[in-house]
Amino acid sequence: MRTLAFASRNTKEIMRDLMTLLFGLGFPLVLMTLLSAINASIPKEAAEATTLFKIQNLAPGISVFGLSFIALFSAMLISKDRTTSFVLRLFTSPLRASEFILGYTLPLLPMSIAQTLICYAAALIFGLEFNANILLAVVVNLPIAIVFISVGFIAGTLLNEKAVGGVCGALLTNLSAWFSNIWFDTALVGGWFESLANALPFAHAVNAARYAVLGSFSEIMPELLPVIVYAVALLAAAIAVFSVKINSKH
Amino acid sequence: MYAIKTENLTKKFKEKVAVNTLNLTVNEGELYALLGVNGAGKSTTIKMLSCLTAPTEGDALLLGSSIVKDREAVKQIINVSPQETAVAEKLSVRENLELIARIYGSDKRTARLRADEIIEKFDMQEIAGSRAKTLSGGWQRRLSIAMALITEPKILFLDEPTLGLDVLARRELWSVIENLKGKITIILTTHYLEEAESLSDRIGIMAKGRVKAEGTAQELKSLADTDNFEEAFIRIAGEGIL
Repeated sequence: MRTLAFASRNTKEIMRDLMTLLFGLGFPLVLMTLLSAINASIPKEAAEATTLFKIQNLAPGISVFGLSFIALFSAMLISKDRTTSFVLRLFTSPLRASEFILGYTLPLLPMSIAQTLICYAAALIFGLEFNANILLAVVVNLPIAIVFISVGFIAGTLLNEKAVGGVCGALLTNLSAWFSNIWFDTALVGGWFESLANALPFAHAVNAARYAVLGSFSEIMPELLPVIVYAVALLAAAIAVFSVKINSKH
Repeated sequence: MYAIKTENLTKKFKEKVAVNTLNLTVNEGELYALLGVNGAGKSTTIKMLSCLTAPTEGDALLLGSSIVKDREAVKQIINVSPQETAVAEKLSVRENLELIARIYGSDKRTARLRADEIIEKFDMQEIAGSRAKTLSGGWQRRLSIAMALITEPKILFLDEPTLGLDVLARRELWSVIENLKGKITIILTTHYLEEAESLSDRIGIMAKGRVKAEGTAQELKSLADTDNFEEAFIRIAGEGIL
């Protein structure tokens, strides 16, 4: 009950910030349009040799990359609350750390789903064939959405609004762009770069989404498992960090 | 029963002692003002009593519940109107009130009914649908106190409730606070001496983390041998006459 009340407040905060909403939901759409236009301009021979920018590969990639901006929203939401006395009021209330985190997470998950759906809807316009696998791909994106939301919480809990923009807006989006197999195959770079990409959840999330779209069901879970482990660990870390903040000794 | 009883309550920040073995009692239904210059330990005391920060040593019992051992129980019976206006800016007045009621356990219907009552009590009918950020400073502060009261706390902490308000808005809030007297226990911190003198049943003057003197405004003036409360405050807080 308390969690839902707090989640409802956060939903209103997000829905009433039109710029954030438009940017969050519309960002993948812009990326998809631009990259599809670029892909269409590539000479036929080169386009056939490059599978990464084919819509069935591009759409899952962008759907995951777009979610990295959810981290920025969650971090901004929480760090903004921290700068006001409103959060002091909440800290003196019976809300527990886990209820805080759930209250922040619940509104962001539908936003993540909406963003993914918009991304795939745009992909349909650019030639992606419609089938039920797309709905599976939306579900497959949920663990990586939780990863991004949790990272946003940790950053928003520990950093001020300005620093949050740097960490979540620049660092995290760059990490998820470089180490995700979206824009280039990390195996082509090889070495420590490829190892790091495999150790991080981004490439696995993109691979899982691609397998979902392709209907290669047996290959989804091996890729999704590390993402789920990251999601659980980071969510637990977010709750722990927030608990420490609530019960601060200083 | 005492509403608040502190037992050697202490807060240290590394080597600095912000609150030093504070022993304080506040009776049920009393409005107790904590006065002191900046750094005297008022806000740290409020933060400990409202479970925002843990004491380094000692304890405090709020209606019998310990701020160290029974934080959950304490949080259910207190509410706070923090120093700065603490409202959710993008929510309307009504939404702010209902949110706090629900966070403290009311169901939707009860929260709506309580919001109705408090909107009427605080004369906020005309602004009930307005977003908090569009309100003047005085109305935001009034809303902030209303949000603290909607949960029907047994103990209310008002931290500098009129800071930065103009004279009229301050007087309006005084009348709101006066209406609460006797109904719940209120701990008030303020820099406005006339506010403490006018509103409080008893006043504690803090300096260097300790209560230097406490009593009614009249008793403190007698103690400092002056008819002027400001002069009494300066003598007690500044000189440490006890």
